[in-house]
Amino acid sequence: MTQDLAVALVFIVYAMGALITFGTLLTWVERKQAAVMSDRIGANRAYIRIPFTQAKLVWWGLFHGIADGVKMLLKENFTPRSYDRVAYAIAPWIVFTPVLLVFAVVPFGGTLDPGRLIPPLADWFGQRTYPMQIAQLDAGLLVVFAFSGLTVIGAMLAGWSSANKFSLLGALRAGSQMISYELVIGLTVLGLIMIFGTIDLGAIVRRQSGTVLGVLPAWGIFYQPLGAVLFLTAAIAENKRIPFDLPEAESELIAGYYTEYTSMKMGLFMFAEFIEIAIIGALFTTLFLGGYNLPYMSDAGFAFPGGATIALSHGAVVAVQLVTFLVKVMLLCSFQILVRWSLPRFRYDQLLAFAWKFMLPIALANLTITAVLLWSHQPRPL
Amino acid sequence: MKVAYQRKRYWNEPTLTLWERAYLPEILRGLGVTSTVFLRNMGRWITGRKGALTTYYPEETRADYAPINRGKHVLTQRPDGTPQCIACNMCATVCPAKVIEIEAGFDPDDAAHPKFPVRFEIDYSRCIFCGLCVEACPEDAIRMAKEVPSLPSGDRHDMWLGLEELLTWNPQRDVAKPYPPAAAAASPGSAP
Repeated sequence: MTQDLAVALVFIVYAMGALITFGTLLTWVERKQAAVMSDRIGANRAYIRIPFTQAKLVWWGLFHGIADGVKMLLKENFTPRSYDRVAYAIAPWIVFTPVLLVFAVVPFGGTLDPGRLIPPLADWFGQRTYPMQIAQLDAGLLVVFAFSGLTVIGAMLAGWSSANKFSLLGALRAGSQMISYELVIGLTVLGLIMIFGTIDLGAIVRRQSGTVLGVLPAWGIFYQPLGAVLFLTAAIAENKRIPFDLPEAESELIAGYYTEYTSMKMGLFMFAEFIEIAIIGALFTTLFLGGYNLPYMSDAGFAFPGGATIALSHGAVVAVQLVTFLVKVMLLCSFQILVRWSLPRFRYDQLLAFAWKFMLPIALANLTITAVLLWSHQPRPL
Repeated sequence: MKVAYQRKRYWNEPTLTLWERAYLPEILRGLGVTSTVFLRNMGRWITGRKGALTTYYPEETRADYAPINRGKHVLTQRPDGTPQCIACNMCATVCPAKVIEIEAGFDPDDAAHPKFPVRFEIDYSRCIFCGLCVEACPEDAIRMAKEVPSLPSGDRHDMWLGLEELLTWNPQRDVAKPYPPAAAAASPGSAP
């Protein structure tokens, strides 16, 4: 029992650390990638001076995220006079907390055997093994949808409680947009659930560890290519980033539903947005890119289709799986930033028409085709 | 009678082909353009070249200033290194932004140029770089180099440049003024 607690604690610290690091790092990645994409140099002034020396660590402006955080914390916490105090205070947390909680069910590595990994602890752990996931819930995907659905309440609450017309308009837009796109996400993932036959994210990833047709890794994106595109699009829309940033369209609504928020409260909204980029990356990796799996890799090592094999120790496997997951998530974050700095913003009617008239029919068609194919391929007792 | 709203049609109304209406291909093409630029610039940075069109100001300034660009002021020097300025205040008088301040000194030993500037300061926070001071100068004592002054600072008072900054021009290229001053120092009439 104590062992389980210790392992769970390690996992939670790892996951939280990874998410917070991603959130901080992505503010820098976003600026720098946007700069390189548009022939600029980008943020490069913030530095850390090593105490008692004149050595300045600039590191390509890597510390701008910290500078932003410090700036947010030190700014005046201005609050409007006419506002609903309780709702105003808890709204940023209602946006921020579910984003972190979603990660609880995402597996970020394969099976961990602490006894084999750290021999001195072998007696204490015995034969216990742990899948690298904070909560092994059978209802994994349902938890994801439940928590990501909560953020819309935070956005609505923020807009409603600030007693500002811009905030209210932004909140209304956020509400209709997020609910519309959540529907698309649900329908998209449904196809995948039918194929894998489970909604436990750990099981879904394990199902993607083999190969299909001998060569291709059995990743969700090869079963559901259309579903993958729809999922990523709808997920970006749900995160309210350009080209779907209508709720906070600064040229129309100042800052949308967080117009009246200042200092770290506003920073929390921004931070939640950046962490959600990482969460979307993690979910997409888990559902469509085989999670922590590398092609042809199992718990024993690599086994290539030609017959060549490379045996790996347990520690190496765990390390490779953790790194693989992080690299995949990082690449997807980078892709989302690419989208954000490439595409122009929708008009509001186009945004909703896109969800209901374009993506929803395609998602339904995708679902129908998947169902028909599955039904025609299933072994029938005759 | 109620007239239904009709959107105005323009002569250059964009027309979309079916391929463009399909949305996704064009989106992918756009993403392709930006990611190509990203990868190109990233490749340049990684291989040690510069992957940006902008300059890393103020450490780096752009190389393509015109030769006649009116940038930083320079005070020309006599062969012995003293400023050619005779503190006549004509530049300060003509200056439309009133940014030049000159304090004159008197040197009885130098019969040819008894007046010289003790203090010559230009406030670059207000200078409009019109070049009138250059035209007004009777002694060719002030010119404008094509390089812009390096002024970024946390304090606006650092934007005042004095004699020591303005006398940094290297007169080696100017045929009218022999250089180095040591060679000309032997000639009569030179002040210490």
